[in-house]
Amino acid sequence: MPNHYPVHKTILDNGLTVILKEMHHAPVISFMIWYRVGSRNEVPGITGISHWLEHMMFKGTPNFPGSQLDRMISREGGYWNAFTWLDFTAYYETMPAGRIDLALRLEADRLQNALITPEETESERTVILSERSMYENDPRFCLSEELTAVAFRVHPYHHEVIGDEADLRNMTHADLLRHYRRYYAPNNAIIVAVGDFATAEMLARIKSLFGAIPPGEPLPPIVRQEPLQRGERRIMLHGPADAAYLTHAYRAPAADHADYFVLTLLNAAFAGGSSLGMFGGAGSNKSSRLYKALVETDLAAAAYGSLGPTRDPFLYTISAVARHGRSLTAVEEALDAELTRLETNPITAAELAKALKRAKAEFVLVGESITGQAQLLGMAEAVVGDYRWFEDVLARLSSVTLDDIERVRHTYLRKSARTVGWYQPNGML
Amino acid sequence: MPNLTYPGPETIQHYTLTNGATLLVYENFASDSIALNGLVRAGALLDPPDQDGLALFCANLLLNGTQQRSFGEIYEALESVGASLEFSSGLHATEFSAHALAEDFPLIVELLAESLRMPTFPAQQVELVRGQILTDLQIRANDTRHVASVAFRELLYPNHPYGRASEGRMKTIAAITQADIQAYHARAFGPQGMIIVLAGAVRGAEAATRLQNVLGDWQNPQQTPLPEVPDMARPETTYRAHIALSDKSQTDLILGLPGPRRAAPDYLDAKLMNTILGVFGMMGRIGENMREKRGLAYYAYSHLQGSLGPSPWLASAGVAPEDVAEATEAILQEIARIQEELVPAAELADSQSYITGSMPVGLETNSGLASVLTDIALYDLGLDYLQRYPDLIWQVTPERVQAAAQKYLSTTQIAIASAGP
Repeated sequence: MPNHYPVHKTILDNGLTVILKEMHHAPVISFMIWYRVGSRNEVPGITGISHWLEHMMFKGTPNFPGSQLDRMISREGGYWNAFTWLDFTAYYETMPAGRIDLALRLEADRLQNALITPEETESERTVILSERSMYENDPRFCLSEELTAVAFRVHPYHHEVIGDEADLRNMTHADLLRHYRRYYAPNNAIIVAVGDFATAEMLARIKSLFGAIPPGEPLPPIVRQEPLQRGERRIMLHGPADAAYLTHAYRAPAADHADYFVLTLLNAAFAGGSSLGMFGGAGSNKSSRLYKALVETDLAAAAYGSLGPTRDPFLYTISAVARHGRSLTAVEEALDAELTRLETNPITAAELAKALKRAKAEFVLVGESITGQAQLLGMAEAVVGDYRWFEDVLARLSSVTLDDIERVRHTYLRKSARTVGWYQPNGML
Repeated sequence: MPNLTYPGPETIQHYTLTNGATLLVYENFASDSIALNGLVRAGALLDPPDQDGLALFCANLLLNGTQQRSFGEIYEALESVGASLEFSSGLHATEFSAHALAEDFPLIVELLAESLRMPTFPAQQVELVRGQILTDLQIRANDTRHVASVAFRELLYPNHPYGRASEGRMKTIAAITQADIQAYHARAFGPQGMIIVLAGAVRGAEAATRLQNVLGDWQNPQQTPLPEVPDMARPETTYRAHIALSDKSQTDLILGLPGPRRAAPDYLDAKLMNTILGVFGMMGRIGENMREKRGLAYYAYSHLQGSLGPSPWLASAGVAPEDVAEATEAILQEIARIQEELVPAAELADSQSYITGSMPVGLETNSGLASVLTDIALYDLGLDYLQRYPDLIWQVTPERVQAAAQKYLSTTQIAIASAGP
C-alpha cells in the first residue's frame, strides 16, 4: 500500500531539509521545493510580493531560460506549477520517473540564479494586476479579503496572498530582488520527493546539486501576533452579484496546537467538511447538521465550513450562499440557532465516529496520488516543521474525545470573538 | 510497436451484462481504493425545445431519493464512509463517478443501481434542487467567463442542438414539473449504450458479479436513442458579441469554430494543432504571445473538446477591458501563422513528446484510469488504444497539422464573444 512506505528525512549541512518517500505503483515522481515564505512575511508596501516572486521564478535562469523551461518540462511529459499561500511558497514538477533529473537541476539553479530583470518585472506587473482583477470579479474573494482584513488588525495574515492593488502598482524590482535573496536559501527550504525512485540514489543526487549552496542569514521570527478580540466585528459589502453571501469567521488555533485536530473533527461533524483538515478531499456534506439547518430548509443554496493548517492562529469559517429570494438575516438566524443547538445537543459519539471514518477514507483517497502525497508531506513540514504531523494524523484524530470536542467548541466558537461578513448584491438592502 | 506497459487487452477485463451494458475492469491493488466511472445515454439532446435544463434537473435529483432510501439515508450512507458518488449531465450522456475505499465498493454499486433505476424525485427535493439550480444560474449570470461562453455558443451554433442551454434558463427551470422529470427519466434512462468502468482494488470477477446482480436485469423498452447531431458549418463571416457586465474588472474573451468529432480520422492531427497552439508548455503559442510577449492576460489557452458531435475548438483568455482588441489580434495572428507556415518539426516533436510522455502521469490514479477507459469505451477506440496511442501520435506530420489548421480554423469566419465592462 502506498501509505506504508517509510519516509526519510535528512537535514543537509547548509540547513536544507530533505524528505523522501518511495511509492512504486506507477513510473512517476513528484519533486517539490517549499520555501518558508508567504504573505505572512510581508509588510504594507510589499503585500503580494511572495506571490509575485513565484511568478518571476518562471522567468528562468541563464542556464534555463524561461522561454524554454515550459517546453523542457512538457517535452519530458511532465507538468509543473507553483502555489503561494500564507506561510509558504511551493514549486513542483511531476514527471515520468526516468526524467526527473531535469526538475532537480532546474530547482537547484533557480534557488540561486533566478533571472529577475527590471523588464520582466514590469511585464509581470500587468499579469499580476490582471490576476487580481479576475479575483475581484468573484464576490467570494471580495468578501474574504475584507473579512480577513477586519479579523487581523496587527498580524500580517490581514492581507490577501495576491496583495493590495496599491502595492502591486508601486512595488519595485529592487523589492523583489531583496525578497528573493532573503528568503530563497537552503536553510529556509524543504525538498520533498515522492514516487518511483531509490532513496539512497535520490538523496545522493540532491546532495550533489543542492549541498554546496551556501545558507542565508537566519530569519527573524514574526512577532506581530494578533491581540485578543474584544467583541464581534461585522462588515457589510455591496457589489455586483446575483446572490448574497455570508461568512462567520472564528479564531482558529495554529496547526501545531493540540486543539487543531479537535476543531477539525468538530468541523467535520458539524459542517461535514474535510476530516483531515488539509487541502482538498472534502467530499459532500449533505448529511451534516449545517446542511440540514441551512440548505434542506431552503434558506441557502450551499453551506460549508472551512479550516486549514497555518503556522499562526488563523480563521475557521462557516459560509453560506443565500438561496434566491432569501435574506441573509434569515440565513444568519438559522446558522446561529444551529450553533446554539450545538451547545444544548453536543456532537454525539456516533457523529464523532463518522467523522473519524471519513478521515480514514480521506487519508487513503488523497494519498493515492504521488503528487498528493508530496503536497501533504511538504505542507506538514512547511507549516508545522514536522512531516509526521501528516503521517500521524489518524492516530491524533483517533484520540479525540467528546469532552475535547465540547471544550474546543466552547473555546473557539465564540460570538464575542468572531467576525461576520455579508456581501449583498447592489440594490439589495 | 504497441507499448505493453500501458493497460491493454491483457489487463483490461471486458464484460457485457445480460442487458447489453458494457463493463470494463482494471484491477489495481496499489491503494485500498476504487474509482467507478461511466455513463448512461441520457443527454440534454433529449430536452424538449421549451425545457432547457431538464436533463440537468433530472441528474441533480438522482441521489435525492430512491425507492429504497431517502435523500438523508443516501448521503448518510455515503458520507459515513467518506465515499463520493456524483452525477453530471452533458449533451450526450449522464455521467457518474465514484471514489471510495475498496471495502465500500458494494455500497457504491447498490447506490448506483438504485439511483439510476428507481429514483423517486420527491416533490420537496424537486423544489430544493430547483432553488439550487436557480441560484447557480444567477451566480453564473454574473460570471464573465460563463456569460462569454454562453454568448460564444449562441453565436457559433445557431439553430443547432449545441447552441442550446443545457444548463437551463431561469424561465425553463422555474416551469419544469415533477411529472416532466419523471417522464424524462422514463424515456431517457436505460441500459442501452451504458458504460461502466471500474479501476481499483477489486477483482474483476467480483465486480462483474456485483454489477450484474443489481443492473443486469435492468430493461427499458421505452429508452429513446439520442438523436444524431448534425454537422455545423463554420460562420459565414466574423460573428461578434459583447455582453456588458458593468462593475466587473476583467473581460473574458472566447473565440473559435466548430471542431472535429472525436471519431474524425484527422482528430489527432487537430489535437496536435491545438496542443501547439494553446496547451504545450505555458499554454502554447497563444499563451506565449499573450502572456510572455505582450504581458496581457492572466490566462490564455486553447481547447479542443472532441465529442460525438461538432464540439468547438476555442481559444479563451481573461484580459483587462482595454486590451480586448489586442488580445483578439494576438490569437488571430497565431491562427494565421499555424495555417500559413508548416510547424517546425522540432516544435511538433515537443508536443508529441509531451502527449506521449505524460501518459503515465495521467494514468497514475484510479480516477485517472477510469476516466480514460470510459472514453475508450464511449468512442470505441479499442482496448489496445493506450498501447497504440504513442505510435498514432508520433505518426502525425507537420503537413497533417497544417491540413487540420486549414480545415478547422479561420481568421475571417470565426465567432468572437466577450463579457465584461
